[in-house]
Formats: sequence, C-alpha cells, structure tokens
Amino acid sequence: MSTALQEPQTTETPNYLNAEYGWKSWLFTTDHKRIAVLYLISISVMFALGGVFAMLIRLELLTPQGDLVSSDTYNKFFTMHGVTMVFFFLIPSIPATLGNFLIPMMIGAKDLAFPRINLLSWYIYIAGALFALAAIVMGGVDTGWTFYTPFSTTYSNTFVITAAVGVFIAGFSSILTGLNFIVTVHKMRAPGMTWGRLPLFVWANYATALIQVLGTPVVAITLALVGLERAFHIGIFDPAIGGDPILFQHMFWFYSHPAVYIMILPGMGVISEIITCFSRKGIFGYSFIAGSSLGIAIIGFLVWGHHMFVTGMSMYAGLYFSLLTMLVAVPSAIKVFNWTATMFRGSISYETPMLYAFGFIGLFTIGGLTGLYLGTLGMDVHLTDTYFVIAHFHYVMVGGMVVAYLGGLHFWWPKITGKMYPEGWGKFSALLVFAGFNLTFFPQFILGYLGQPRRYHAYAPEFQVLNVMSTAGASVLGIGFVIPLIYLLWSLKYGKPAGNNPYGAKGLEWTTQSPPTTFNFDVIPIVTEEAYAYAKHEEAHVG
Amino acid sequence: MADTHAVAAGHSTEDSPHLRHHFDDMGQQFDSATFGMWVFLLTEIMFFGGMFGAYTVYRSMYPEAFAATSNFMNPAFGAANTAVLIVSSLTMALAVRAAHLGQQKLLQLMLVFTMIFGVAFLVIKGFEYHEHWVDMKVPLFTGHWAWDGPEAPPQFAHQAQILFCFYFFMTGFHALHMLVGLGIMTTILMMARKGTFSPTYYTPVEVSGLYWHFVDIVWIFLFPLLYLIGHTKKLI
Amino acid sequence: MHPVTPVRTYVIIWLILTIMTFTTYYVAQIDLGQLNVIVALAIAVFKMMLVVWFFMHVRTDNPLTKLFVFAGFFWMAILFVFTLGDYFSRTWMPGGKFW
Repeated sequence: MSTALQEPQTTETPNYLNAEYGWKSWLFTTDHKRIAVLYLISISVMFALGGVFAMLIRLELLTPQGDLVSSDTYNKFFTMHGVTMVFFFLIPSIPATLGNFLIPMMIGAKDLAFPRINLLSWYIYIAGALFALAAIVMGGVDTGWTFYTPFSTTYSNTFVITAAVGVFIAGFSSILTGLNFIVTVHKMRAPGMTWGRLPLFVWANYATALIQVLGTPVVAITLALVGLERAFHIGIFDPAIGGDPILFQHMFWFYSHPAVYIMILPGMGVISEIITCFSRKGIFGYSFIAGSSLGIAIIGFLVWGHHMFVTGMSMYAGLYFSLLTMLVAVPSAIKVFNWTATMFRGSISYETPMLYAFGFIGLFTIGGLTGLYLGTLGMDVHLTDTYFVIAHFHYVMVGGMVVAYLGGLHFWWPKITGKMYPEGWGKFSALLVFAGFNLTFFPQFILGYLGQPRRYHAYAPEFQVLNVMSTAGASVLGIGFVIPLIYLLWSLKYGKPAGNNPYGAKGLEWTTQSPPTTFNFDVIPIVTEEAYAYAKHEEAHVG
Repeated sequence: MADTHAVAAGHSTEDSPHLRHHFDDMGQQFDSATFGMWVFLLTEIMFFGGMFGAYTVYRSMYPEAFAATSNFMNPAFGAANTAVLIVSSLTMALAVRAAHLGQQKLLQLMLVFTMIFGVAFLVIKGFEYHEHWVDMKVPLFTGHWAWDGPEAPPQFAHQAQILFCFYFFMTGFHALHMLVGLGIMTTILMMARKGTFSPTYYTPVEVSGLYWHFVDIVWIFLFPLLYLIGHTKKLI
Repeated sequence: MHPVTPVRTYVIIWLILTIMTFTTYYVAQIDLGQLNVIVALAIAVFKMMLVVWFFMHVRTDNPLTKLFVFAGFFWMAILFVFTLGDYFSRTWMPGGKFW
C-alpha cells in the first residue's frame, strides 16, 4: 500500500493528550477520548486478573486428580475468572474504549451527548471493580459467575453479597454508557451524516447500547434480590421455603443472554471497519449488516431459555426457545457472508488488524455454529454443562470478541496515540494468539462431547492428553496477549509518528490529526459521501 | 474521505450561557436531555418490571396465600397515597409549565407543593410500615414476623413470607425512588430560587418532571396489585 | 421544545385520574371473580397512559420518543410473557407441575 508523504505530527502538536497535564486533568476530564483511555487502562487490569485465574484453572486441569487445590478453591477460581472476564472486561471492553473514543468522531460530533455522565460511568465502573476485588481479596466467591440459587443465597459460605454488589454497580456503568451512545447517535450526527451513511461500527455500538439499556436493569434487580435474600435469610429463591430457583434463572438469563450480544456486537462492528479498509472496498450489503445488528439485538432477547433446557422448565417453553435460537443465528451468518463478499475481488493486504479480522471470521463462525448444536434441544441434553459449552463460548468470546478487540486496538492505535506499533511483532502476536487459542479450546469440544463436565477440578484419566494440550495452548495464548502489551506500551515512547491516516482508511475519524485535538473538529464537517467510499484501483492517499 | 467543506461550528446568536459546548443550539440540548431521561426511564421500567414479573409468578403460584396476605394490607392507606401522588403529578406538570413560561414565582410554588405531597406520601407510608411492624408482618427482621391468628392459615406461612417480602421490596424500592425524587426537587427548587430557569432554559425542570411522573406511574400499578385484589366483599 | 399545555387540560386530567382511583377502589370491593384483576389492571393502564400522554408531554413529542416509550413496555412484556409461558405450560404435559 503506497502512502503519500506527509508531515508527521510531533508530540508538540496540541492534542487531547497534551492539552492539559496533571492527575486532575485526567480524573475530572469530560473529554470522551481521555475517558476512553481511562477505561482502557482499567479493563486491561481486570483482563490480566481474569487471565491469572484462567491460568490457575488450566494448571489444575493438567492432571486428572484434583491435586493442586481443593474443590472449593477451584470453584472460586472459575467463579472469579468468569465474573472478572464477563462483567469487568468483556461487557465494557469495546464500547467503553473504542466506542467512547471513536463514536463522536465517526459521526462528526465534538463529544458524546452527556460527557459528565460518561465520566461518571467510569467512576461507577471503578467502584464496582473495587467491590469485586474486595470479594477476591477477602477470600473469593464460589458460586460460578451465574450465581445460581439456592447455593448462592443460602448455602455458599463465600462473599456472595460483596461480589453481587460489585456486579450490580458495574451494571450501572454499562447502562450509562449505553444511554449516552443512544442519545448521541440519534441527536448529534453532523450535517449529511444520515443513518445510511453511518459507519457500521456506530450501528453495532448503537445496537449494543439498546441491549445494555433494556437488559442490564433486570440482572440488577435479580442480584439485588439475591443479596437481600442472603442478608435477611428469606426464601425468595430457596425451594425449601417456597421459593423457585428457576425463577432466578429466568431473570438472570433474561439479561445474561443478551449480554453475550453486548459482548460480540461491537466486535462485529470493528470487523466491518477493518475488512473494508484492508480490502480497499466498500462493504457488501451495508443495510443488511446494519439491520442484522438490530436483528441480533432484538431476537437476542427472546432466546434466554436455551440456558435452561434441563432445569425443569416446561418442554413447550424449551421448544419455542430452541426455535428462536435457530433464528438468532441468521443475522450473524448474514454478517459473515457479507464480510466474505466484501473481500471478494478486493485488494487485500495483511496488516496486523486484518490478520485479527481473518481470525475473527473463522473462529466466530466455529463458535456460532457450535452454538446451534447447543441450541438444539435434544443435543443440549447431552452437551449441557460439559466442556463443549465452554469451548463454544470461548470461541465466540475470545476467538471472536477478544480477537476483534485486539484488531480494533491495533487498527486505531495510531489514531489514539499518534504512534505506530512495530508491524512485525504485531503480525507475530496475531498468529500466536490464533495458534494458542485453537490449541487451548479445540480439544475442549472433543472433551465435552466425550463427557468431561465443566466446573470440576478433577476428571477421568482418559481425558488427560487433551487437557494437557489445552493447558499448553493457554500458555501460548497468554504469551500472545502479553507481547502486544509490551510493544504497544513501547510504541508510546519509541513508535514511529503515525500521521492522520496511516492505513488510508475512510471515515471521519481519519480526517483528524493523530492524536486528535480535544474537540475533535475545528469545523464540523458536512458529510456528502457514503460510508466506505473506497474508489476502485485508488491510490491510497492520506489525509 | 468525507468532503469537508464545512461550516464554522459557531453557535447561534441567541446563545444561552447554559449552552454546553458540544451542542449546536439549545433546541438540540433540550431534545437530547429529554430523550436521555426517557432512555433512563426505560431502564427503570425494566428494573421495576423484573420485580413485578417475579411477584406475578409467585402470585400465580400461590393464589390462596396471596388472598390470605391481603387481609393484612390496608387499602385505605394505599388509596390515600395514590391520591396524594396524583396531585403531586398535577403540581409537577404545572411547575414545568410555569418554568416554560418563565413564571418564576408559580414555578417555585408548584415545586414546593410537589415536595409537600411527596413528603406526605412518605409519611403515610411510614404509618403503614409502622402498622406492619406492630402487627408482626415484617419478614425481614426476626421478631417482627409472625404468621398466626384466624386470618393466617399456617400452611401458607412460607409463601406469605415471600409475598410480604415482595411487598416490602416493591414499596421499598419505590419509596427510595421517591426520596431521590425529593432530593432532585430540592436541587431544582434551589436553582429556581437563584433564577436559573427561563423559557430558553428549563431543561432540568422538564427532565425532573419526567422522573417524578414515572415514579407516580410505578405507584399507579403497585396500588391495585398489592392492595386491591383480594379485598372483595359480595355486594349483595 | 414543545407547545405549552393549558392549565385546564392538566386539571381535567388530574380529575379523571382521581375519579379513576376511586372507581378502582370501589370496584375492587365487588367480587367479580377473575375480572377483578383485569379491571384493576385495565384502569391502571389507562391512568398510566394519561400520565404519559399528557403530564409527560408524549402527546406532543416526536415519533422517536413515542417509539422508545412503547419499546420499554413491550420489553417488559417480553419478560412477563415468556417467563409466565414457561410456568403456565408446565401442566400441559402429564406429570407436569406448575410448581
């Protein structure tokens, strides 16, 4: 890809990073870009913590016997892994970092609709994280991230209320982010930026925001009831005193299933941006991809019972939940087909973000298809609560979402920091992540099918070989995550200055300097062209 | 690349000092704020909706226990509270109207009335909770829950306990929202007294009004569900 | 910003709300069997719509706001219908129990 020469910005050029100095200018900022950076640091810490628990899990599972830790301790490992990863990393990840940073710029606005609420959402996140950390430090929680009752309400001897409070609080952070995005996208678009010209990243985050706003309050009240039951020793979800554990599961999964779409939709938005840029081609089927984001958000609310097929729920409910689960796969498939069609006859280059995008498409497809196995009522009876489920959701959440997050982070790193990362190391890490990931989680499909149950610290000896492979893969995967941490931080000081648009991408964010100024645009742009208006055979030109 | 022959991002000539820098004009700011409050109220609908849903499930499961618990509810309190909140909604709507028209004194008067009715609601609620406390119908605290007597069939003890828990949680969360609402009204009143509001800028009043009306709506549903059903007497 | 509603309108709505409150109170004293719940909830829904439409200015709001208000109640309905659907359909199979 050829780039026209341009004056690289020096760090003395006024931008949002050097506009003001000092801790107060960061902790009391209302600049959406600074808040995005605050989130970036915070969720990276929680990701690392979740990763530590993952390593502990995989270490125990090297041997069939439960010999590293007791079963109670093991229960705490997978609980804390789940809680930190789901609520404190995946749910905020792309929206709070890339979404916060990019959405105003992509629509031609100077900030989000409610900048102070944006800052408040970060403080609320930190408060929730502190409660979760307190639960960990005081001794942990062992209920599973799903807090099933009556174990969580009556029988567990761990710090359930502390953890539930942490998740409850973090939920409000998510709600406020979603609220901000919805109002921003509706009310703050620049002249000419019609809905049909919005970057698909914005559509994806908008659909995500709808889910955040409509679903999170239900898990909030559910966890509040769990906490109240535990505190006052009453029996809302305890069958011994007239309560119903299945009611808890209905209420919990009403949020937690759409939550997985909160986790994946922004990643899909990132992929749309990356693939168009590195195929030098407009997206195939823009309205289908935009519409499918909304479709996933809406249908995603109708399928939660597929987590409850074997709990004692009515068979008829199982039927309609299973049917709707088949339906929700359709919009995701539409996206995969459209991305593939976008690349067809495109001029493809293999920069680091594109490698992550390729990884996403393959791994998300596998993850999504295996979801259909699980959504089939009959098969789920055999596969539920086995390692098949674990492999499925790690394929979509790690192979999908984390890979997309890393791809997006690399794609927009030059814009966020004004620096380029070392491309060679970027490609190497992307390949390492892909290899490590598959080695970790593919064996788990087989293990699950063969019958290894989840959430046990011991297993039958014949499963050891596959478990050792999985642990080995996890180590490789871990290294694949650590290396970008190192070179991205390194690039802050030693990276090449990036320039406005190092990849020659379309999009309003690339028209600004790197890093952008505090108010993004000196003059609000008037948008006259469609999204992804890459001309055929164009020379890539920069900004 | 977007064709950026662009407009200067200036503000219109009738700039209010309250116009925040990222908005083009007061109209956009007002629209965004009210829309934002509606999105927040959506989350409240789902929050209370979750609780209402759980309550509905238990009520469907235990209809006789529910009928028994309704013997201990006092619909007169509930009706009084409903009437009080409806009046407060009227005064709130009138307050917002006054703010829109720049009628400063009327705005402050209506805000004060709204708060008086809000406090009245909480006082009546307090009397009601006290009555439950004395009657030993508060399952949250040992020593204040007893399910005995002619109107309390013993086989429903556990179920009645669950239903009473929901009564306290639902009315309790509602009362909490009322308290927050009173705090908001206090702030709005203080801002009004400082002359902050005018026909071009009364957004906080409008937005607070939306919140207040919503809390009223929650009570409009709580009243029949918790108090009215089960209290029938044959007319003939 | 939306047009100003006259005071008269607000007072009339308030009167209707208060009358409906008394109505629902007295109707509840009559045993209508299953209808009691339906009547009480119907009155509540009617009162809610009055508050939303007039006091909360949705009558003069743009279609977007109306859509979001509708969506909120629709989503709550999804939670209710699908959850209660499970409970009520459990008895359709032999041996199935409501609870």
